[in-house]
Amino acid sequence: MTPDLIYGLTGIAVFAIGLVGALCAQDRLRRVLALKLCSVGAGFILVVAAWREPPASPDPVPHALVITGIVVMVSATAVALALIRRLQTLEAEADE
Amino acid sequence: MTDPLILFDLLLGVSVVALAVAVMGARDLFAAIVLFVIFGLLSALAWARLSAPDVALAEAAIGTGVTGALLLKTLHHLRYVTGQLDQFAAPGMTPAEPVPMGVIAANAAFCGLITLGLAVAYLGAPQGGPGFDALVAEAMPQSGVEHPVTAVLLNFRAYDTLMEVVVLLAAVIAVWQIERGLSDAPSPDLGQVWQGFARLALPAIVVVGTYLLWKGSEAPGGAFQGGAVLAAVGLLLLLSRAYVPRPAHRGAARLLFVLGTGAFAAVALLVTGGGRVAFQYPPDQAKTLILLIEGLVTISIAVTLAALFHGREPVALPSRRDHHDT
Repeated sequence: MTPDLIYGLTGIAVFAIGLVGALCAQDRLRRVLALKLCSVGAGFILVVAAWREPPASPDPVPHALVITGIVVMVSATAVALALIRRLQTLEAEADE
Repeated sequence: MTDPLILFDLLLGVSVVALAVAVMGARDLFAAIVLFVIFGLLSALAWARLSAPDVALAEAAIGTGVTGALLLKTLHHLRYVTGQLDQFAAPGMTPAEPVPMGVIAANAAFCGLITLGLAVAYLGAPQGGPGFDALVAEAMPQSGVEHPVTAVLLNFRAYDTLMEVVVLLAAVIAVWQIERGLSDAPSPDLGQVWQGFARLALPAIVVVGTYLLWKGSEAPGGAFQGGAVLAAVGLLLLLSRAYVPRPAHRGAARLLFVLGTGAFAAVALLVTGGGRVAFQYPPDQAKTLILLIEGLVTISIAVTLAALFHGREPVALPSRRDHHDT
């Protein structure tokens, strides 16, 4: 039993939960949360792939990829949330 | 004989999965967001255990901190426009008609197949490399910095990082366009304690953010982590109303948004010539150029993230009230 196996399976489980959530969640905000879970799951798998048995140092390229992914994800999340705010405002105005 | 930390790893892995389930299962959206923030922090802890401190810092600061603030702000806005602001546990926007069983079954089958494929691919993959370790270690002396992740981000794969900054710029442009003319939910009253907290926390955050940026060339840290921590300064200023964006500030904001991208692209192009291609920094000036790029990119990231949190472009809303009165 090594950390990479434990966290690799954790990553796959988190990705699966996010995928189910993204497809099945009825609430827009929760769907964004689900996609965010997916991205963390993918990050887990990349970080695990970079891990080496200590004292060897890990592979820095997947680490850089995950950092890039995190920043891209926050940009995408911000745009998605702005769209949700806009949609909700339009719907609230239509109801009035 | 097993490492005692394996027990910790198992516990952490199970907690992360349980929190992910709880995020999806929580009935109240506010609870879901708070659980998500805890989930993100525990994931960052797991990544620190996997000897990825840079990624853990980025996830804690950007993936959890800034994202959590964005989510809470959006929830506040949604409750404001639907008139549920004062309810403690406002229900989500659940559509009336139930989902057909066939759709649920198809979704379950699809998700199961993808997960199964992922698990098979993961368990069948060769463990422990060979990755890019040897290539990076070989090229490190020419990179100009001592920390491999910073070398990859700002030297070996600098093109990726430039595009990443462009994505951030595109996001803020998109958010300003989407929210054009949208009325803002009033900020919650944060009370006296908050003001004192902001006053105490602000200088500390500035120091930590700058330290993370400076340290990035030799140790975990760097432009993105430092920028996110500095963005927290912007969030605190916006929330405590110590800074209120005005239409006149748009020019300066636009300049700060493009500062990082512009400087990055300019350096990339200016080092060309004499047989070098874009991004191929001269080895003796590499460290200076990388620190210059990192410093300017950090400012842009901090301002952009704070602007993404603020959302709406600071413009006067002239026709809105008239429209409602008629």
